Parts: sequence; structure tokens; C-alpha cells
Amino acid sequence: MNAMQKILRWLLKGALWLVSWIFGLALAIPLIALFAIEAKQGTWGVSIALYVLVMGGLALFATDAMERFALWRRAASRGFWARVLCNAMDVWGLLAGISAFVFFIKPWQWSNWVIAALLIWLVVWMLLTRRGRQAASVTGVGVSTLRQRLGSSAVIVIGIAGVVGVLVALLAMGEGYSQTLRKTGNADTAIVMRGASASEVMSVLDHDSIVQIVQTPGIARDAKGQPLASPELVVAANLPLKGGSADDEGSVQLRGVGDEAWAVRPQVKIVEGRKFNPGMRELDVGKGAAQQFAGLVPGHQVRLGSQLWTVVGVFASGDAMDSEVWGDANVVADTYRRGSSRASVVAKLADPQAFDAFKAALAANPQLKVDTDTTLAYYAKQSEGMTTVIRIMGITVGLIMAIGAMFGALNTMFAAVATRAREIATLRAIGFRGLPVVVAVMLETMLLALLGGVIGGALAWLVFNGYGASTLAAGTVGKLSFELAVTPELLWTGLKWALAIGFVGGLFPAVRAARLPVTTALREL
Amino acid sequence: MKYFHLIWAALFRRKTRTILTLVSIVAAFLLFGMLDAVRTSFDQAGQSANGAERLQTGSKLSFIQTLPQALGARIAQVPGVKMVTYANWFGGAYQDPHNQVFSFAVAPNYLDAYPEIAVDPAQRKAFDDTRTGALVGETLAQRFHWKVGDKIPLQSTIFPDKSGNKTWTFDIMGIMHAKDKKSAGFYDQMFLLHWKYFDETTPYNRGTVGWYVTRVADVNQADRVARAIDALSANSDHETRTQTEQAATANWMKQLADIGLIVGSIMGAVFFTLLLLSGNTMMQAVRERTSELAVLKTIGFSSRSVLAMVLAESVLLLLIGGVIGLGLAAVLIPGVSAHSGGMLNLPTVGAGSWVLGLVLMVLIGLLVGALPAVRAMRLNIVDALAGR
Repeated sequence: MNAMQKILRWLLKGALWLVSWIFGLALAIPLIALFAIEAKQGTWGVSIALYVLVMGGLALFATDAMERFALWRRAASRGFWARVLCNAMDVWGLLAGISAFVFFIKPWQWSNWVIAALLIWLVVWMLLTRRGRQAASVTGVGVSTLRQRLGSSAVIVIGIAGVVGVLVALLAMGEGYSQTLRKTGNADTAIVMRGASASEVMSVLDHDSIVQIVQTPGIARDAKGQPLASPELVVAANLPLKGGSADDEGSVQLRGVGDEAWAVRPQVKIVEGRKFNPGMRELDVGKGAAQQFAGLVPGHQVRLGSQLWTVVGVFASGDAMDSEVWGDANVVADTYRRGSSRASVVAKLADPQAFDAFKAALAANPQLKVDTDTTLAYYAKQSEGMTTVIRIMGITVGLIMAIGAMFGALNTMFAAVATRAREIATLRAIGFRGLPVVVAVMLETMLLALLGGVIGGALAWLVFNGYGASTLAAGTVGKLSFELAVTPELLWTGLKWALAIGFVGGLFPAVRAARLPVTTALREL
Repeated sequence: MKYFHLIWAALFRRKTRTILTLVSIVAAFLLFGMLDAVRTSFDQAGQSANGAERLQTGSKLSFIQTLPQALGARIAQVPGVKMVTYANWFGGAYQDPHNQVFSFAVAPNYLDAYPEIAVDPAQRKAFDDTRTGALVGETLAQRFHWKVGDKIPLQSTIFPDKSGNKTWTFDIMGIMHAKDKKSAGFYDQMFLLHWKYFDETTPYNRGTVGWYVTRVADVNQADRVARAIDALSANSDHETRTQTEQAATANWMKQLADIGLIVGSIMGAVFFTLLLLSGNTMMQAVRERTSELAVLKTIGFSSRSVLAMVLAESVLLLLIGGVIGLGLAAVLIPGVSAHSGGMLNLPTVGAGSWVLGLVLMVLIGLLVGALPAVRAMRLNIVDALAGR
């Protein structure tokens, strides 16, 4: 009988719990649905209004009304509707937290302005209003006792530093990769390939087409009146990798070029040795390629297939060309049995505005079936896929880590609130209201989070800025070397993530602190 | 085991704290499970028994260079070679040049070299009999909503036909299924067409072959056979380089990214943070139980058993969180693979990951519990009870 009663009570309790949560969620569902619709349409107008609503609701939730509500909740905690309402408000708070998190980490331009506005409002509020001054003094007490809680505070700082460090490093990888490719392109240089070729190496242009392309109006001319256009052949070569066994071969992009190649790419400069001589089996190697592959040193000979080629110089350009090896176009074509065909024509335009006319002229030529792009657009397109993959990977890893760090912060701040329960209750007993307490706890958490973000970002910058990496890039057939780039924007993104984690990590403990019934807290002495 | 109940009760003494810590541990091991799956998929690419048996012969000059078709007959005569087939890279794309499809123009006996690809015999026959026929992997078919019998246009990003037109039309005659989804999911993304149709239609190929695939009779002879094949074309203008499929894939993956280093550094950062976080929780847990531990000692628990109990508690904490995290990863990974539209093909959490994960859980648990456990062991009963 006793057991039956127990089970019945359990079931009843469970049902009550379930019903009240469902009710709370039901209140939130329209909000979630609206979000989903907006995200699909890409219009965020209404969402912005909703954010304001959510934030407003949160502020209401946290202020004095809550204090009374907490008392009432306690008194009426056995009532069904009281419970339902409490859970509804919990869900509301959770949603507010999540939207705030999204709001912080989304790379929207306006979110920066909102953060700045909130900050100014906070400072003014703390300086000018009585309640603000109360909040400031409570925060001061909290921060001054941080030293006694060094161990647990370090959990927040180091946890968030880890998240920000890893996130920034991964994003820096994507940034470095796309920067390297983007820098390779120029708005005033055009690249002409056979139509529907996804990349240079897949394109074939025969001799007649090349002659016509080079003579198309719109191309800049050099001092002698020759068009600045460079027909180029792009193939791959297998070379032994540095630091591997003799059998460990990698692929490098080999570009067969003429004299014009140096003229259309002024950024490519010889830093060691000399340029190859036309008609000779000589190579100039990019700085990045020289670091990746063995034996790419001036004076050395390397084997391409059955032939021996001599490395005569090293060039540097600071972009994707650094990962290439250049040789004379005719000799390369001979080795690879390409005859007089080439892969692409890179042309310096008279001025960037001439591009549309140049492209139209090529399209209008009935003997040609070519695609024309500025090199800027071409390389941007090549970097797109890989950059997206790295970004998604970075954000996924970052999000999972952020959840872990957020709960670490929650843990720490709950403990901090618990140890200061008496102090907070005393403050409330002598007339402090709920809001200053909420603000104080949240400020303390976000301060620690900010510290963590700064440390993580600084570490990522120190360790990974300029760190060399390589991959097989889309659209090329060789290893592309690039350097991780920790840009100020990425550091700002990292800081925003840190603040977002701190915000959510502080929100719930803060609300708990404000809800703490004064009498109970003092009685626990 | 006798004290399991006691340990369990101690662990959930403060529910909020334990649950919050558990979520952090779950997050860490979820990440571990997913990243380890990525690493494994890189490591295991091509590592099948069939992969060890197959040799790939390509031009020594570069992977884009083609080889003469006549070489095939000479390779077939090398002692130890069971069969030879060949293929060309077609460079197909559907609708948009950036929508690339892994498409190969293959010899009639190509599928015989890949027993791990299952094709319905009737469909295989229909493919063999149709000049413009094509076989597509099931993932690829799903991605573009292709069905058997469809006539689809595929543009080659490399090869135009004689009139310069780059859009080729194919009849889908069958669907390929990889028998082992874990290590060979790639086959479900492939598109196969007839080499003969390809060679006759494009003026750019002129009877050449992209690479040869050779099956050897005896895996242990693979190295010798590879050297013998390369010797056939030594000092000619089309020197070859022959590797086992395993070695070739491993080499390719290594060039793509040093995934081991990336995963290693991320996990290093994650576990360091986790160490600190759960260490803090355990310290708190022991600190606030000081008097209870003293009571335990008073009623006769030895110092060593108190040490063991605190250690067991922290290991248990890590084990619960870690197993939930890895389990979650095992549930999530197939979903991620399915929704990536064929971009990702991750194996689910394998036995290796579970073992490594469990070892890590116990290790971190012991590390985290060590300090508080020693503290509990050295506890002086009189001082603890007096609250000093």
C-alpha cells in the first residue's frame, strides 16, 4: 500500500512537472518559429524587435517585481498555477539567454553598436542613479573578494581562454587561407580560360585562341607597345617532400610562363638567384614551395619525370604564387606533351573599368569560347569552399567548447553566490533591491570572461599569427602554403564569444541571487 | 563495490554542482568523439584489405599526366598480377562548374577490381550494353535526385566533344552501393562512365589512360610487383609510379591537411580546461565534506579506503560524463554525415575511439581526484571535527 502511494505520488508529481514545462515551452514556441522563418528568409528585421522584447522581458524579470514574485512563489509553491508560471518564466529566461548568446556571436554590424550603446548606458546608470551606485558598490565588493576565490575564478578565466584560443586559431586558419588566395587576385588583372573550366589546370586554350585573346582591346601595353598579357600553362609535378622518405612525394603546381608573367604580376620578385633562361630546363621556385619540398635550392637539380631540371632562383610574392614553381612555357609544354596549347591568359588591363568592355569583346568573338574573370573574382571563388568548411568547423568546435565553458562558469558563479548568500541577504535586508545584485553578479562574471577572452586571444595571436600551414587547395593541383592570420576582427569575434559565455554563465546565478528569500538566507546561519 | 552506494550518494550530494560539471564533461567528450571520428576517417581512408591488394599506377611526372593504353597489356604480363583495369578522370560537374562530381571514365572490367562495390547484376549488364550508360553511387543519386532510367546532362570541366560542346548526356543504368559504409563511403559518391565512349567522343584524350589499377595475386608480393611495373617504362617518356592504394590515399590525405596536429592541439586545450574545471569541483566537494570524512574515519574507515573512495568518486564523475558524451557523439555523427549533402562522410565512434576515450576518462579522473584524495587521506580526525 505504502509503495503504491509512493508510486502514485511520483507519477502525479511527474505529470505536474511535465504539464508545466509544456505550458512554458508553448509560450516560447511562436518565438522560436518566428526565428526559424526569419533565418530562412534572411530578413532579421522582426527579430531585432523581438530581441528588444526579450531583453526587455529579461530586465522586467530581474527587477524589483521579481523580488516580490519570489516571495509569492515561495508562499504559493504548492499551487499548480504558481508552478506553471514559474516554469514559464524560467523558459523565458533561458530563451533570453540563448538569444543574447546568438546576438553576441553573430557577425552583425549593428550588434557592435548595440554593445557599445549598452555599455555607455550601463556606465551612465552606475554613475548617476542611486540604484546604479548601489550596483557599482556591490560589484566592487564582489571583485575585491575575487582573490579569495582564486581557484574557482580561474575556472572561468581559463575555460573561456581555451574556447577563445581554439576558436580564434581555427578561424585564423580560414582567414589566412582566403587572404592568401584573395591577395593573389587583382581588380585590374583579368584571367581568360576556356569556357566552363572550374580552374586553370582544367582549361585548354589552343594557339589560335591565344593569339586572338592577346590582341583583344582593353589590355594595357608596355613601353614597346606590346600587350601585357601572359599565356600560361599550368600543370602538376611530383616532387619529394621535405622531411619525408625518398618515396614520400607531394604535388606542386608548375606554371609554364613567358617573360610577360613577371610583368603582369609585379608583386613576384626574385629574392635569390636569377630568372630562368628561355628554352632551358631551368626553374624558379616560390618561397613557400621551397619550404615544402626537398631540393628546391638554387644550384640543385630536381627530377621531373625522366628529365633533370636546374633550380636557378627563388621568388617571393606573399600570395598563392609563393607555392608554385615556374619554368619556361615552351619547355614545360614539351615535357608535358601539350604542344602549343596553354591553360590560361593572364592580362593586365588598361584600367579596372576596362574589364567589362574586355569581357564583352571576348564574348562577342565568335571564334572564342572562353570565360573571363578578374583575377580577384577568380581567386575569391577558389577560396570559397575551403573557407566555408574551415569556418563551419571552427564554429562547431567553438560552440561545443563554449557550452562546456558556460556550464563551468555557471558552476563557479552558483558557488560564489552560495558562499555570499549571507552577505547578499544582509544587503537586501538593509534596503538594497534585486536589480543591483543581479547587475553585480553578471558584471563580475563578464569581467572574468573578458579576462579569459583577452588571454585566449593573446595566446592565439602569439602562437598562431604567421604560423605556416599547407593544404591541397581547391582549383590548384599543388600544395598551397599559407600563414594563419589572426586579424583584429577575429580577436573581436573571440571577445564577443567570451562576453556571450560570460553573459549566460552569469545570468542564472544572478537571478538566483536576487530570488534568494532574505529570511531563509539569514536563517541558514 | 561494497561502498558504491556511498560513493554515489557523495557524488550527488550537491546535485546542481555535479550536473553542471557533468555537462562540461559531456561537452568535452562529445567534441573528442567527433574530432576523433574526423581523424579516424583521415587515417583509415583506403585502409581496407582490398586496398592493400590493389596497386595504382600513374605517371611519375604528375597525377594529371596520362599514360599510353598499350602499357596495360604489358602490365598484365608481369608475374603476380591478377588483373589490370584503367580509368580516366572525367572532371564532371552537374549544372554548375563548381558542383563537382567524382566522375571517372572506366574500362569494362573496372568494377571487377572493386569487389566492395555492389551493383545489381541486371543493372551491371544494362550498363555494359549501353554506350552512354553510367553507374552512380547511391549518395550521389540521392543528392541530385537521380533515378535509374534518367537521362542527365553532365558537363565536363576538362573535356569537350569534337564540336567543342562540353555538356555530355548520360543514361543512368544502375546504382552502386558500397558494401562497407565505414571505410568505403567514397564509392557512394562516384559516377562511372565508359572509357570507350569518353575516348571516342573527346578529341583531347587520343587513346590515353589516366591511371592503371592492378590487383595482385598475393598481398606480400605487392612491393615486388609495383617495382616490376615501374621497370616496364623506366627511361621512357612516360615513366610510371606505382603505389598500393593504401599508400596513395595516405599520401593524399597527408597533403590535404595535418589533421592529427589540428585535432591534437584542440583536444589538448579542451582536456587541460576540463582538468581544471572538474578538479575545482572535486576540491569543493571534498572541502565541504571535511567533517563527514572525519566521521567516516572515526567509525573505522582506514585512511587508504577514504583515499580510494574520493578517487573512485572523481573517476565515476568522469566516466558518467564521458560515456554520455561519447554516446551523444555516436548518435550525432551519422546525422551530421547525412545532412552534409555528401561533403562529409564520418565513421561513427569506433571501438578504438571508445577505448581511447575510456582510458582518458579514467586517467583524467585519477589526476583530478589525486589532490583532494590525498587531502582526505591525511585528514586529522580531531582537527577536522573541531573545524580547524
